[in-house]
Amino acid sequence: MNNLPASERLDIVRNKFRPTVRDYIPMLFDDFFEMHGDRYYGDDGAIIGGIAYFNGTPVTVISQVKGRNLEENKASNFSMPHPEGYRKALRLAHQAEKFYRPIICLIDTPGAFCGVEAEERGQGEAIAKNLMEFMTLKTPVFSIVLGEGGSGGALALGVCDELAMLSNALYSVISPRGFASILWKDATREREACDIMKITAEDLQRLGICDYIIEEPEGGAHNNPDLVAENISSYLCDAFKRNLLKPIDELLNDRYTKFRKIGEFEENLDS
Amino acid sequence: MLEDLFSVVKTRFNGTEPNTSNVKKDVKTDIPKDLLFKCPRCSNVTFMDDFTGNAKVCPKCNYHSRISAKERIDMTFDKGSLIEFDKNMTSKNPIDFQDYEEKQESIREKTGLKDAIITGEATIRGDRVVIAVMDSRYMMASMGSVVGEKLTRAFEFATENKLPIIVFTASGGARMQEGTVSLMQMAKTSGAVARHNEAGLLYITVMTDPTTGGVTASFASLGDIIIAEPKVLIGFAGRRVIEGTIKQRLPDDFQSAEFLMEKGFVDMIVERKKIRRTLSHLLKLHQSKGGAANE
Ligand SMILES: [Zn+2]
Repeated sequence: MNNLPASERLDIVRNKFRPTVRDYIPMLFDDFFEMHGDRYYGDDGAIIGGIAYFNGTPVTVISQVKGRNLEENKASNFSMPHPEGYRKALRLAHQAEKFYRPIICLIDTPGAFCGVEAEERGQGEAIAKNLMEFMTLKTPVFSIVLGEGGSGGALALGVCDELAMLSNALYSVISPRGFASILWKDATREREACDIMKITAEDLQRLGICDYIIEEPEGGAHNNPDLVAENISSYLCDAFKRNLLKPIDELLNDRYTKFRKIGEFEENLDS
Repeated sequence: MLEDLFSVVKTRFNGTEPNTSNVKKDVKTDIPKDLLFKCPRCSNVTFMDDFTGNAKVCPKCNYHSRISAKERIDMTFDKGSLIEFDKNMTSKNPIDFQDYEEKQESIREKTGLKDAIITGEATIRGDRVVIAVMDSRYMMASMGSVVGEKLTRAFEFATENKLPIIVFTASGGARMQEGTVSLMQMAKTSGAVARHNEAGLLYITVMTDPTTGGVTASFASLGDIIIAEPKVLIGFAGRRVIEGTIKQRLPDDFQSAEFLMEKGFVDMIVERKKIRRTLSHLLKLHQSKGGAANE
């Protein structure tokens, strides 16, 4: 694999021809039925969810929606969900659990939306609920970061049995822009921030966060979307083999442990 | 996020700009500074003794100022009852962030803390409870590996020993300096809450100033009962970020405890002086369940 710096990968994931979930769904799944709404407030266009077949197996698909043009981006709020988006995701996750359908979460967001209504409807609570409930969901969950994975808004679809990333995808605690604006009081230095944040798939594999890397072609996924879909598909086949037959207790224990062991600290017994 | 927070607090204080005519500061120019408390919210000056005697709440405007974890523990739990967990845990530098060790070293020296949270087991009026108290003086109590690990262990201890847990939250969010490792602490702590929850045990959150970002979006919002101190800041996104998006100034009470209660995200707002009593009552009320679920 060529070792591109994170800032160059940022250009790749922001390329306007980069495939989005709308491109991948028909390539990866058959008979996709979209489901709408959180049953409390509304239907958030920033998150798409539904049921489909993956190689003959019924699955639930939940994803953040990047737009491919301005019109799509308006409809999907530039892939920045409101609380009702996360609540829709959780509703569909529980539906999947009821029928023991594996869940495939595709992560592609700069972050949860930061706005007045998002706060009023409990953005923090909505994300928190997803983290807690996905952790004990009695069905396998696979999350794949397609492009940008920004902060808690990404993690809300990221509590899973396996986390995979496309090889140019990034996954960070705060957007590189936000990082630069706090660190140097200068949001325009986001590329520089990108390169010190350790947010590439390889960095995160080293940190024990990313489990598998799905290869993109030279230059990025937009150069050959079919090939990327094929790679995602073959990753998912393997992931299913690894997890679908696990007893549920073991699956949940492994999921808990996957996150439980992340963290770097020392215990100084002498001081 | 952190930067936003400071500005939030500042603008909110400036928003309720004092009328300086009532301020007694001129009178006391001959008294040494540490004998006086000047409220950052209403600008009134009171004797430090009156302020500290009032649990560090401004006697004039009821501003619940930030207090240290140690002060919180002393005023809330039975004297000398704390058995502290993981006292000496310190974080490494997972993303080799420049000057992270040095920065922490100097804060450790200043505060006497090893990181932003104290966890342990204590009693309130004799009832055993696991506790976790965040301290905003330590990097705005941001959550990195140590906060995540200590909280997770505290929840696991509570689950194993069938004990209720009380968490006093205060945080600027996830700790940027530990990168994506910090983000994952949100999932890790929420997982530990989930197991405690499934065991049928009681979890009470007390939100103090400020509870924001990744902490609001994880364990802080997951209590069975969520208490907040009056007028504290609670939110997910930074005020300045939102103001930047909507291009207008937000009202002063936006993201206040009262605002959150009105929107349905806080169960009760409790004055600092009544928190010990309230917690004790709530613990007693849950004793047949929360204290001993399977007995
Ligand atoms: Zn005051």
